[in-house]
Order: sequence, then C-alpha cells, then structure tokens
Amino acid sequence: MLANYGYKDGSGEYFITIDTEKCNGCGACIEPCPEHCFQIGSDENDPLRDEPVAAVVPGQRQKLKYLCMPCKPAGRAVNKLPCEEACTPGAISHSWYHVLQR
Amino acid sequence: MTTGTEKRKEKKVEYWKWPESRSTTPGIDWTKASIITCGIDVGSVSSQAVIMTDGKLFAYSSRRTGYNSPESARNALNWALEGTGMKPEDIHYTVGTGYGRVNVPFAQRAITEIACHARGANYLYGPSVRTILDVGGQDCKVIRCDERGKVETFLMNDKCAAGTGRGMEIIADLLSVPVQDIGRLSFEVDEEPPPVSSTCTIFAKAEATGLLESGWPLNRVLAAYCRAMAHRIGELILRAGVAKDFAMTGGMAKNEGVVKRLAKELNIDILPPSFDTQIAGAVGAALFAKVLAEKEQKK
Repeated sequence: MLANYGYKDGSGEYFITIDTEKCNGCGACIEPCPEHCFQIGSDENDPLRDEPVAAVVPGQRQKLKYLCMPCKPAGRAVNKLPCEEACTPGAISHSWYHVLQR
Repeated sequence: MTTGTEKRKEKKVEYWKWPESRSTTPGIDWTKASIITCGIDVGSVSSQAVIMTDGKLFAYSSRRTGYNSPESARNALNWALEGTGMKPEDIHYTVGTGYGRVNVPFAQRAITEIACHARGANYLYGPSVRTILDVGGQDCKVIRCDERGKVETFLMNDKCAAGTGRGMEIIADLLSVPVQDIGRLSFEVDEEPPPVSSTCTIFAKAEATGLLESGWPLNRVLAAYCRAMAHRIGELILRAGVAKDFAMTGGMAKNEGVVKRLAKELNIDILPPSFDTQIAGAVGAALFAKVLAEKEQKK
C-alpha cells in the first residue's frame, strides 16, 4: 500500500509516501529525522497485517511543509534526504522536491 | 414608556442540519444468525451504526454527532437496534472507526476509516470499484483498492475545510438553503457560472456574499460554489490517480450539484448509489468485525 501522509493546501502538496509493501518495520528512519516524524507500529490502515510498519507521527502530518524545511534548504543541492537515505528498502519518498537539485 | 432593549423573537432554522435516517433490511431473522457484528463510525459531523448478521447488512442508523462522541456512538447503536428486538449484548464483536474511533466505549477494536471505507465501498458498490472518494464532514479521502477492498494507495486531506462537507454546511447556513437542496437548486440556472475563485471556505463565504450583493440570483451562487468544490476535490483525486470503477461515499455523494460537476471535470462516470452513502465506513467496520471475531474464535 502507498500510504500518503500529509496534506494539500493553497501553497502546494506536502505528502510523505511510505510504501508498506517495501517497509520491513526496521525503524532506521526514526533516528535520522531531526523533527521526529516517523514511528513504527501496527499498520493502522490494514488491520489484517501483523508485521510492524513505519508511519508518519499523527501530530506531525499536518505540518510537514515546515517540519521538512530544514532538510530541504532553498538553493542548495541535496542528494538525498536523511529519511530516504536511512531507508534501505527504499520505502520512503516525498511529494515535493522543488527546492532541490536532484 | 418602555425602557431597555427589546429583543425580537426569532424562529431559528438550522439549514445545515441534514436529515437523519435508519433502516432495517426486511426478511432477515437475526436470531438464527451465527455471528452478529457491529460497525460504529463516529465522524466529526455524523455517526453511523451498522449491524450485520453473518456478513449481511441487517440494520443501520445515521445521526449527527454533536459534542459527545461516546454518547453519539451509543445513540446511533440504540437507534439502529430500535424495533429489531436485538439488544447490545447480542452483538459478538464491535469495531469503531472514524474521527472519534477511540471514543467508542463498547468497541473491541478501532480501525482507521481508510481501511473501512475501502471495505465498505467494496461491499456496497461491488468488487469492480477501484477508486473511492469519501468526502466527509471535515476531511476528504481518495482511496484506491483492489477487488477484495484492500487499500492499495490512499491520501487524505484533513487540514483544510475546502472540499469538505463542513464547507457546504457553512454555505447552506449563510444562504439559508437546506443543505440537502443545494445540489438540485444549483442546476436551476440559465447557464453554468464560473466557479467562485477561492475554494477556501472562509474566503468563499465572503465571495458568495459579494456575488449576492452584485445581483447574482441565489441558485447561480450555489452553482458557482458547487463547481469550485468539485474542482478542489478533483485536484486531489488526480494526485492519487483515477481508475474505473469510481465510487463516492460520505455525505457529499448525496449532493448531485458536486457529483455531476466532478464527473464532468474528471471526465469519468461515478457509480450511482442505491443506499445511504454515509454508512460506508460503518459497513466496512462491521465487515472487519466479522473477520476479527472469526480470527479470535480460531485461537
């Protein structure tokens, strides 16, 4: 499942996508995020799944635009975001990269 | 001579108040059922209770939530059970869902509305449904699912009131039009007006007032607002992608003014509902309750 956490408002779309098929629940994403956006737990959107999965912390979902800003500085090239880099299965992606030169 | 201020007595009509409903499927003898499950969907605006016997829809009720979630959950359940002879003790397993899912005191488990709406739409509209749009009281969800109703991708907008049922209720109150009549009235115009330029609920309210002042007839303002709402929801859907069949759940599915304009905007057919679209989440919860109860029995 592609779980899109975030929102869309007048200024743009701010979603962090977690591919739950790829996510193995290892928790490597928790530590590198300076704003503590990730958590590991049972899949709240798939009650029949028993394995743990990563999700964006509920309180953080509504302010991703601001929380992710330090990792996406304007005018500076960033190859990979800390959360993306930490995720070995490659389950995490962001919907907005407009300030990055990838 | 009278002193002090005189107050004119007003008869207050609340135009946002959509009608509550309940129903029982005829011809089902629940006493013979081997498993009775219940799904409670406590939303921000409405609460539904669905009773299922052996995975078949037996009774449901849909009510306004109010300020007390546990109380609304109980009220919805009691109304659904009314006249059926069933008691709350007869239910084997209850699942809570929706915004207030953790506030259902008698539920054994809480499941997000994303999973429940996919499952519910799969049951109500049939397994051909691939895209579900749920426009609820204060959020908007787009869900893509497979033929078993399992979620493949979802996205949810719960930060902004634009493109939600609450936005429509606010316009209903502002223009003194019962919310369930907006859809019909919005088509009673000579020609389709351009949409209101702002989809933000607060600014759209100001803009609607402005349009009335400039001489627009009421129905034309409603049409402009419905169109803006359809556009706003449509943008969100495009991010998730559209696949056939497309179905809508939630209260907004009853507003033809938005549904028809959305179908035109996305150039797709929206499956016509043959039931109360607001119960989809609770139906999904009751179906999950059955699966979870059977899982527990096996242990």
